[in-house]
Amino acid sequence: MNGSPAMPTLGSAARALVRRDLRLLWRRRGDALQPALFAILVVVLFALAMGSERELLARAAPGVLWVAVLLSGLLALDTLFRGDAEDGSLEQWRLAPVPLAWLVLVRTLMHWLTTAAPLLLAVPLLAELLYLPRPLWPVMLLALGLGTPLLSLLGAVVSALTVGMRRAGVLLALLALPLYVPVLVFGAGSVAQAAQGHDPAGGLLLLGAGLLLALVLAPVAAATAIRIAAQ
Amino acid sequence: MPQTPNATVPLIDVRGLSFARDDRPVFGPLHFHVERGEALLVQGGNGAGKTTLLRVLAGLLDGERGHVSLDGAPAGPAARAGRLAYLGHLPGLKADLSALENLEYLCGLLGRRPSLELEEALAIVGLAGYEDAAARTLSAGQRKRLSLARMWLSPAPLWLLDEPYANLDLPGIELVNRMVRAHLDEGGGALVTTHGAYAAPPVRTRLLELDDGAAA
Repeated sequence: MNGSPAMPTLGSAARALVRRDLRLLWRRRGDALQPALFAILVVVLFALAMGSERELLARAAPGVLWVAVLLSGLLALDTLFRGDAEDGSLEQWRLAPVPLAWLVLVRTLMHWLTTAAPLLLAVPLLAELLYLPRPLWPVMLLALGLGTPLLSLLGAVVSALTVGMRRAGVLLALLALPLYVPVLVFGAGSVAQAAQGHDPAGGLLLLGAGLLLALVLAPVAAATAIRIAAQ
Repeated sequence: MPQTPNATVPLIDVRGLSFARDDRPVFGPLHFHVERGEALLVQGGNGAGKTTLLRVLAGLLDGERGHVSLDGAPAGPAARAGRLAYLGHLPGLKADLSALENLEYLCGLLGRRPSLELEEALAIVGLAGYEDAAARTLSAGQRKRLSLARMWLSPAPLWLLDEPYANLDLPGIELVNRMVRAHLDEGGGALVTTHGAYAAPPVRTRLLELDDGAAA
């Protein structure tokens, strides 16, 4: 047995949480692929519905890809804290001698890694389905790489706000969508800019700035929301 | 005020603590303290506020009035860290993880005594042989025993036990009493809620009776 210290530090508490999440992911590996499968489904159906007009599909590709990724993220959002709220894990998180915001951040990043990261791996396949020109792939991946963690962090706040409710599905979507729109606009916009031969740096930098801001603020806001929800 | 020789400051000192939900008083004002080597038995019927009291003391509920100090320091996140271990109605176990994995995760989060192995703790609570059983396959009583193993591993001196006897068979009740006694012998303290149907642990015990908002 590894001798964990008497008092957990930020690092050891995070390690315990990461190990737990990876084990749970492995036990329910079928569920873990759902968001990626959902996004693939949306894109495939879209490609089929639009017919075989290459130019039309290529023009719509950035928007379609982003919407598919965003909706699949929304689908997975409810699982972020709900299980931990229902079995009392969140109570023990609050009693842990490390800040709740830190545990929320670790949990959110793990959630991103297990739901959004597999999706990023599928992006080349999806881009090919939609005839997205190859030179745009790096911009697309970079925009998604910056945008999806931002979506996860924003989603964590909304998810924490609704964690006290029994059925939060629709409310969750209604609360999250306004926060998601700017990410969608800048994310899909930067790819569209690059498609027209412009420099996509503006949109990407804004996404990066948003991500940095959310990394600092979102866990604190989500932790506060969790505390309020448990009253 | 009786004092144990090894400590002059009580583990927890509560003065004028009261709590109201939507302007309806739940309990209090209460005055009590728990010293090292002492258990406080909180009794009261259903809805008397026993769970609320423990949740307020653990810091899970805000908005209380009055003064709580732990080891002489005003209760706050810093004062509570590592001093309190809480056993509530929700065990915080993940159904898909095994007993041992659950214990490892909770101890990683909450801290543990380095002197004791996880497997030993499981054996003490009578779960030897169930190390690899998923928590979903355990009975309610076995899950309670798993939570007791977590308490036993906790380095915190003050235990807050909310209905620790619920779901347990007679040997289980005896186990809780034995664990509380051993914990108190090591200089710890405990608050134990019960609705009065079970025998109290045979230790230095004081009684706090909660009765629909009025304390005796």
